[in-house]
Amino acid sequence: MTGSICGTGSYIPHYTMDNYAIADLVETSDEWIQERTGVIRRHIVKEETTVSMAAEAGRRALENAGVSAEELDLILVATISSNVILPCTACEVQRSLGAVNATCFDLGGAACTGFVLAYNTAEAYLASGVYKTVLIIGSESLSSITNWKDRGTCILFGDGAGAAVLKAEEGRRYLPVTHSEGGKGSALTCRSRNDSNEITKKDYAGDIKEEEYFIQMDGQAVFKFAVKKVPEVIQEVLELNMLEKEDIDLYILHQANKRIVEAVAKRIGEPIEKFPMNLQEYGNTSSASIPILLDELNQKGTLKPGQKLLLAGFGAGLTWAASILTIPA
Amino acid sequence: MLEKLKTLISENLEINTDNVTESSSFKEDLGIDSLDLFELVMAMEEEFDIEIPSDDLENMSTVGDVIEYIESHK
Repeated sequence: MTGSICGTGSYIPHYTMDNYAIADLVETSDEWIQERTGVIRRHIVKEETTVSMAAEAGRRALENAGVSAEELDLILVATISSNVILPCTACEVQRSLGAVNATCFDLGGAACTGFVLAYNTAEAYLASGVYKTVLIIGSESLSSITNWKDRGTCILFGDGAGAAVLKAEEGRRYLPVTHSEGGKGSALTCRSRNDSNEITKKDYAGDIKEEEYFIQMDGQAVFKFAVKKVPEVIQEVLELNMLEKEDIDLYILHQANKRIVEAVAKRIGEPIEKFPMNLQEYGNTSSASIPILLDELNQKGTLKPGQKLLLAGFGAGLTWAASILTIPA
Repeated sequence: MLEKLKTLISENLEINTDNVTESSSFKEDLGIDSLDLFELVMAMEEEFDIEIPSDDLENMSTVGDVIEYIESHK
């Protein structure tokens, strides 16, 4: 058995912010941002929340798959920026969709690798027969943990949600490759605001700088990590499944930065045309970037039955992972 | 060393390095930005089996700076 993607959906906030609007906040320029990241604009939540976007992306994925909410037996949401702690984002999605038969939990903190890890988790449950129909979602309001005074990071991020419905099907199962390296975690951090209490840690927060509560990034370290590890994990997952790079029709990389995607393509020696990108429109939406891109390709009719896709995520942790899937007939 | 570095620059960044000397500035003369420099640093790290931390890289603006760094750290 394997998990097969039978529908996709996404939700993008209406409010947009171009590079000129960013240049009003910090010292930067449209040209500088485009050259170094490829980002032209990003969408930012206004009425929306991480929960509402997750639910809408999920609803659209169900509709696209022709699956009813009652059929779902697992809802899995990857997020690092939810507006709720309890109940979890996935339970809120369940309530909104009326997916009464589903087990719901979040995959928190997996950041930009979140959707690939959610896919792997869902796939493992489907392959083992525990669940039959799964909704996986990546939803982020990164604007809430972005330091809008830091020109090194605020140019990069955006908000949005993407989702996919997976069903257990007969067929070849591809094994994933996943890695974590906590020892290098300081390259990409964001401290929780919930780290004090009224009893023993009353003044604790006094020592902490405000910027630590936002995403902080060592740009060089993260760039080098991505450009080195993503080609490696792509090679590993191909070898593990006895495939060649030419067997892959599309490489769906986490949309962190155009320059990273280009460097990865160059390093593995595959044409850039096999690496679709949409980060120019959305920026880096962390766990939402891969499912938003998948949904766009699906809606445009780019995905064809039998095509092999290689998903690769990488980000805070540090974590990185790659999975291979086939587009079903 | 200069020749080796020129090869790395042309291979990794697809830049014509005929006129590159030790006093060439990455930014002004070669027209490469910080991300290009990161890619070049990775190629150098792999070639010379060294690690160049972010803080050290900030002090290198010319080809000569990099050669000096590699010679003293390899």
